[in-house]
Amino acid sequence: MATPIAQPRTGTDPVLELSRASGDLLVLAHVYTATLVLGIGALFGMLQGFSRANFITMPPWLDYYRMLTAHGVLMALVFTTFFITGLFTYSTYHTIPRDRSVVLGWIGYCVMLVGTVMAAVAILDGSASVLYTFYAPLKASPLFYFGATFLVLGTWAVAADIFLNVAWYKSANPGKRVPLPAFIAACTMTMWIIATLGVVAEMGLLIPWSLGWTSGIDVGLTRMFFWYFGHPLVYFWIMAAYAIWYTVVPATFRGTIFSDGLTRLAFIMLLLLSTPVGLHHQYLDPGVSAGWKWMHAVTTYGVVVPSFMTAFAIFATFELGARKAGVRGFRNIVRWLPWKNPVFAGPALGMILFIFGGFGGIVNNSYSMDVLVHNTMWIVGHFHITVGGPAALTFIGATYGLIPALTGRALFAPKLALVQVYTWFGGMVIMSTAMHWAGLLGSPRRTADVSYFGAQGAATWHAHMVWAAIGGTIIALSVVMFIVVATGTWLADRRAAERPVFEFASADDDALETPPAFDRLGRWGAIALGLAVLAYAGPVFAQIQAHAYLAPGMRTW
Amino acid sequence: MHVHRQERIWMTFGIAMLVIFLAVITTAAVVDGFVPPSHVQSIDPTKVSQTPPFDHPGLRKVADGAYEAYYVARIFSFAPASIEVPVGSRVTFYVTSADVEHGFSIPATGVNTMVTPGWVSQVSHTFKDRGTFLLVCNEYCGAAHHMMAAKVEVK
Repeated sequence: MATPIAQPRTGTDPVLELSRASGDLLVLAHVYTATLVLGIGALFGMLQGFSRANFITMPPWLDYYRMLTAHGVLMALVFTTFFITGLFTYSTYHTIPRDRSVVLGWIGYCVMLVGTVMAAVAILDGSASVLYTFYAPLKASPLFYFGATFLVLGTWAVAADIFLNVAWYKSANPGKRVPLPAFIAACTMTMWIIATLGVVAEMGLLIPWSLGWTSGIDVGLTRMFFWYFGHPLVYFWIMAAYAIWYTVVPATFRGTIFSDGLTRLAFIMLLLLSTPVGLHHQYLDPGVSAGWKWMHAVTTYGVVVPSFMTAFAIFATFELGARKAGVRGFRNIVRWLPWKNPVFAGPALGMILFIFGGFGGIVNNSYSMDVLVHNTMWIVGHFHITVGGPAALTFIGATYGLIPALTGRALFAPKLALVQVYTWFGGMVIMSTAMHWAGLLGSPRRTADVSYFGAQGAATWHAHMVWAAIGGTIIALSVVMFIVVATGTWLADRRAAERPVFEFASADDDALETPPAFDRLGRWGAIALGLAVLAYAGPVFAQIQAHAYLAPGMRTW
Repeated sequence: MHVHRQERIWMTFGIAMLVIFLAVITTAAVVDGFVPPSHVQSIDPTKVSQTPPFDHPGLRKVADGAYEAYYVARIFSFAPASIEVPVGSRVTFYVTSADVEHGFSIPATGVNTMVTPGWVSQVSHTFKDRGTFLLVCNEYCGAAHHMMAAKVEVK
């Protein structure tokens, strides 16, 4: 028996129609904001590539580090966050049909937007060239920190809206499981709330200091708070990509979700394992003892379990879908998959990149091995085939499904959309291979020019920077195609003959077999918070106890 | 909740890999001492130039083939800008920052550490090959971050 998560889209259900009409504009606002931000961020990314390969010299009003800050903040924090909160609002609203208010959702969106604009103004006027990690004691203008805080607080409102809907569903449907897409939304947002407590705590130190109310800052503590947030941020992207892989991708070939229960279990494990791991970003930090770092290396590897479960489930879904259609044999199944549908091809190409991204992540987490790659271009290559591959390609693919479904318009230039995802994939393979290679040769990241006055050690890096710029250009062209398709769909205003849908697959097994305990997200959230406290109480206490000195703020750009 | 047999096999494989990875890094850490640089020693970042030994940064010979090098990272240079050691020397670097976050990396060696204001970083390396090694700041520190470099001559 299938779970009742794929709602009928016939328009005969008045409650469902109302819920769609009221929520669709909100989701659309999220998706188009993310699209616009991706476009601006990609432009900065391409210019950086040119600058690093010494093709161009940036003017003083848009220097490399200002651009790098804008690129990092827009891509890692703004694009992803707007898309993900929009996606989860959609999956909640569409699987929990009810007569609802969307006021809280809109408040969240507006606060996020205001925060983004504030931070963007600070970055572009040059008062916040602190990169997306904003390491103290680099001191940005208060506008930047306030902007980042509003962005986060806005997401809390979106999360609250999702939680309220899930709570309503539970009380209205006692004994039933929360629809899987809504469960995934609520689970991921629970993780996000726990994670962002770190950045809010950090802002509690940075904001008074940037306003001049405090004179110094505990640098070690701000770093620890940042990375408490910084790694789960990565899982936020991955969980949203997984959400689409598990529940949307199977629908593109009329397949089913492999297992309702195992999907929930994988997300619960990701919720638990996201936060107590952040010190692996600080392996090379002084002032943090080796024992704490080792402990976080252990917990980081724990993510192998839900990752392996996901890999199994995705491939099982492919095979089961193919068998149902009468297709057997590895090659036949691969050929049978809908590679010409960008809603499938985007996420699927992202999955291929993620195989390599995952292996790279294992290297990065290998405690002592990290010394060879830390702060080199290897890391930049790594996150471009994680957030820039699996996450971004999945979000782009989903956008091609979401915009037509939300507007009722036919996708503009669908062939261009298809070319776009393959171009992105190709560009990313070229760029990230070059970056990984340069990193192994020791080329530092976050550096405007790596020629070092013609120094011997730096000579081998340049060729790779040229390849990275070539790959980056291909990706930038791909982003242009994406913008054309996304805005073209809106502007051309061509009604689709049949209302397009962005639907969720149903599960192969019976959701009622899923243990009811899996749905108790409040309890899982409390356990996750407990684990985070356990993992961080020691290192944070050691920092506070040892810190004798505060550093004054500085503007060195 | 049913778990397929193939999935059980696959998960056993995954968890076995996890155990092997952990065993390798733990053994390397405990037996061979391969741990990331994790020196815990604080220093007042506003008084670096008055705090020995960082008031006189530079190379000190400890024994034959063993050196200690004290570095101050300050935008946008390292002091000392250049050191010279005989081939085969083991050098222990002590680095601190007088202003913002920096990095301390000698590409093509295992020397790589963050330099955090308020803390002293420590990392050791045996230079087995002759040559001029580039030492770079690999954490963004400001407008001329890409100029921040020094060298290590191994004769």
